[in-house]
Amino acid sequence: MEHIELLFKSIFIDNMVFATFLGMCSYLAVSKKVDTAVGLGAAVIFVLTITVPLNWLLDKYILQDGALVWISEDFAIYDLSFLSFIMFIATIATMVQLVEIIVEKFSPSLYNSLGIFLPLIAVNCAILGGSLFMQSREIPSLALALTYGVGSGIGWFLAILSIAAIREKIRYSNVPAPLRGLGITFIITGLMAIGFMSFGGMLTGGDEEVAKKELDVELVANSNDQKLNNNLFLKNSKEVN
Amino acid sequence: MGLLGKDSKLISDPLADNNPITIQVLGICSALAITAELKASIVMSISVIFVMGAGNVVISLIRNIIPSKIRIIVQLTVVAALVIIVDQVLKAYSYSLSKELGAFIGLIITNCIIMGRFEAFALANGVWRSFLDGIGNAIGYGVILIIVGFFRELLGSGTLLGYAVLGDPIEKTGLYSIGYENNGFMLLAPMALIVVGLIIWVQRSRNISLIED
Repeated sequence: MEHIELLFKSIFIDNMVFATFLGMCSYLAVSKKVDTAVGLGAAVIFVLTITVPLNWLLDKYILQDGALVWISEDFAIYDLSFLSFIMFIATIATMVQLVEIIVEKFSPSLYNSLGIFLPLIAVNCAILGGSLFMQSREIPSLALALTYGVGSGIGWFLAILSIAAIREKIRYSNVPAPLRGLGITFIITGLMAIGFMSFGGMLTGGDEEVAKKELDVELVANSNDQKLNNNLFLKNSKEVN
Repeated sequence: MGLLGKDSKLISDPLADNNPITIQVLGICSALAITAELKASIVMSISVIFVMGAGNVVISLIRNIIPSKIRIIVQLTVVAALVIIVDQVLKAYSYSLSKELGAFIGLIITNCIIMGRFEAFALANGVWRSFLDGIGNAIGYGVILIIVGFFRELLGSGTLLGYAVLGDPIEKTGLYSIGYENNGFMLLAPMALIVVGLIIWVQRSRNISLIED
């Protein structure tokens, strides 16, 4: 349940492109055609799925405050979290190179379709952003980090796929000349982001239950008060009598 | 080392006709995410100017000894080191602001402007020219950030840098006394995209040669 919730949250509510604007550069540059957009989107899902759990392990066992305890008790005082940027980006850059080599060796057809996009991905903010948000949102377990990586990747894939489809169609529309190309893409993305904001209400069901419980408690408390008042009233009336 | 005509173009070009955000489409991510307030935009611009200037100088100095196959990792390491400096300085002197910017300071590393300028300029040019190019592009980026931040904060919360310039919305003074209301929507994420879109519209209407096909 936890996993499904996080998956939907990272795909729709915290969508990388529409809620946090990550990976906008490649989103705008590579969305002219649906085919290339699908290639890049798939590569992003792939790399996020690998790097987010890997960086979670790094964060947990090396970078966090006192994370080095597993080596020896003496290391408990070290806090290496200031190194997280450089560690994360190094992991991402090396993983991207490694993935490129492995894919080239074992699946030339996949390499041909992803090939040109893989090096681009090392500098895609969505990848580093995935790891940094994983760190700042304090995702508790490795499995959840994996879910978060996959979910964010799918969210980014959806975004680039839909904007590419829209851009293919809008080429035939009569857009004011200065807005053509980049300008109208920005505005459409803004409108899509407004649409995605409506997903924000998707996971509030849990909150309502909590609110209801609080209400119940209040009602009970009120009735207790009333009983107390009644007792007082009775007492007072007895005294008067 | 005076500014010759050719060198000064390195700074003036990115400010308008070759602006990194509106023309080269680089570095959009951070431009949109942190512009709900003017103060955050200014701090972000200054950070990028520092990282960009220093990074271009470093890359230009070592450009002849970087093996071209692993240059991306080398570049990322240089930027990451500079960004850690910025992050630590911010944490030391302005902790609340550093919390507010959060992951976005870290995301300067993957700001495409920086990698883009390393690849396109610093790897092929001398130190002084690379420095000017870095500063110029970072200022061009900062200008757009500050324009977007200005409008979003002014129209969204009626303040500039935290000062209430339009009067008090609760006591109904200033503009609010004639029925003006803040548009809270300006503070939300989608409006950043639309404001940048409008800036592009204005810029391209003024300079017809920039219009795409």
